Amino acid sequence: MSRGRIWLLSASLVNLLFLYLPIAVLILFSFNASRLSATWQGFTFRWYLALVEDQALLAAVHNSLLVAAVSTSLATILGVSAAVGMERLSSRRRRIVEGALLLPLVIPEVMLGVALLLFFVMVELPLSLVTVTIGHVVWNVPIVAIITRARLQKLDPRLEEAALDLGATPWQAFRRVTLPLLTPAIIGAVLMAFTLSLDDFIVTFFTAGPGSTTLPLQVYSMVKSGVSPEINALSAILVLISMALIGLSLVLQRQRN
Amino acid sequence: MADTSVELRDLAKYHGATLAVDHLSLEVRSGEFFSILGPSGAGKTTTLRLVAGFERPDQGEILIEGRSMRHVPPNLRPVNLVFQTYALFPHMTVFDNVAFGLEMRRVSRSDLRSRASAALDMVKLSDKHDRHPSQLSGGEQQRVALARALVNRPAVVLLDEPLGALDQQLRQEMQVELKAIQKQVGITFICVTHHQEEALIMSDRVAVMDHGRVLQVGSPQEVYESPTTEFVARFIGLSNHLKGRIATLHDTTCTITAPDIPAAGSILIRRPPGAMEATRVMLLLRPERLHLSHNVHPGRFHNAVSARVDKVTYTGNEMQYLVRLSDSVLWKARLPNSGASQDRFRVGETVLLCWNADDGVILTE
Repeated sequence: MSRGRIWLLSASLVNLLFLYLPIAVLILFSFNASRLSATWQGFTFRWYLALVEDQALLAAVHNSLLVAAVSTSLATILGVSAAVGMERLSSRRRRIVEGALLLPLVIPEVMLGVALLLFFVMVELPLSLVTVTIGHVVWNVPIVAIITRARLQKLDPRLEEAALDLGATPWQAFRRVTLPLLTPAIIGAVLMAFTLSLDDFIVTFFTAGPGSTTLPLQVYSMVKSGVSPEINALSAILVLISMALIGLSLVLQRQRN
Repeated sequence: MADTSVELRDLAKYHGATLAVDHLSLEVRSGEFFSILGPSGAGKTTTLRLVAGFERPDQGEILIEGRSMRHVPPNLRPVNLVFQTYALFPHMTVFDNVAFGLEMRRVSRSDLRSRASAALDMVKLSDKHDRHPSQLSGGEQQRVALARALVNRPAVVLLDEPLGALDQQLRQEMQVELKAIQKQVGITFICVTHHQEEALIMSDRVAVMDHGRVLQVGSPQEVYESPTTEFVARFIGLSNHLKGRIATLHDTTCTITAPDIPAAGSILIRRPPGAMEATRVMLLLRPERLHLSHNVHPGRFHNAVSARVDKVTYTGNEMQYLVRLSDSVLWKARLPNSGASQDRFRVGETVLLCWNADDGVILTE
């Protein structure tokens, strides 16, 4: 092995350790038999079993899944439509729409949360799961649109023309040719949006009302009274589910025909 | 006008500020193989896309079988386009690709099956019907694209550089086959190509196009033997040129004098219609018709001019020479590689350049 390769390998290793060591420690201690997290006292599943008994936690899981499912569905319809529609704009208008669409992703999430809160107060919409869902749709639309557009730009525009040439109406051409070719990217976008919705704290924190506590909010309130082994267990589950969903999403986005 | 399949009337199309199609008028007859030949950027593909309906003309009209296409969207036009890149649907099998047009036109299930199978038979791909396009070779994909167009029995099949992506040998095979299929189905074909040999081999008639305009329309023979403009002449391979003036007129020939090569004396050439004495003309000659000899006049040629070899290029089947006739006149000659040593010429050697009256044309300026 050359000197350059050794350097490259050790640099990569340090990076990976830096990124994943805290997560690995967290997962390790979720199996720790001791209530005092700092020392290892032997292996146990106790904390995982305790999670299932926690009623408040189960309600939060239910809320999180509901918000993620509804906001992802809405964002998918809006985001895919936006991506397809943008292809038909002149390049100048497309840049304007692109900029407007990206804005929710680039402004600090705290600002977005505050803005949404002010807006909901102004229109007198009581804070609930509905407002949380709307908040999640706001940044899930651009995510779906960006992923869909990346795929759309790689498609040969001649394919849709060929469908029209063979007698398909514009809608049939979209349904039979463009949409099937976009499907892997759309599923990837759905998984990505679902995961981000499931994991979101900041926007949810500002837009949630009484009774609409989601899982990250629940974790936060539990942490306030100290990091317990139950939280380690819960976090371990969340991290693994998120990693699985994102991994699947990336695989689907990369898939080619 | 039942005889006319496609008529373009004063068609104009701007791409930004440039006129891609410049007031073009053309008539394509029913059942003919019509080629539009021209260099890239001549407006050929734009013309084809106007006929298919993907672009709207800024001016003029397109009639297909006598019907104006002004308000007809692409999906309702009786034409099918074979795309240069084939544009096969990658997520469908070969059979589904071919059947797509029939399905869109709501052809009954049993009819659809038999017609799509027949179309695949015609292009000799019936054994590949359940493959996906990515599993086919370039030549096979090209056949699927053709079958996908023909199966709809359109009034016109449009082909955009149909053989452009194929290698040389496959290209030559497909030229013959495409022509045979066209004869068999009797559908009007309009083919766009920049390849002059391809156009001449396949077509009943050829239109030569440049800068959005049609310069000449005629049978392959007419275009090849009697180009009417310098552009057409050069485009179909008459690349050696010489300025001159008509000296004397005979029944079928005339002689010209060229001030750039005074040593040549008078050059005998086929007489064009309407030629008059003393007119200034441009002489154009085909490089492959020129003959070189080692300073002995072979006798069987009408014209012989002394020249010096400037450059020799060996291409395998051919020897290509650049020969200098005078300070300002440099011609190309292409001779088959016979292998015989007396047919080889070296750089710097003085040779006799010979040709016949039929080996070139003259255009009046």
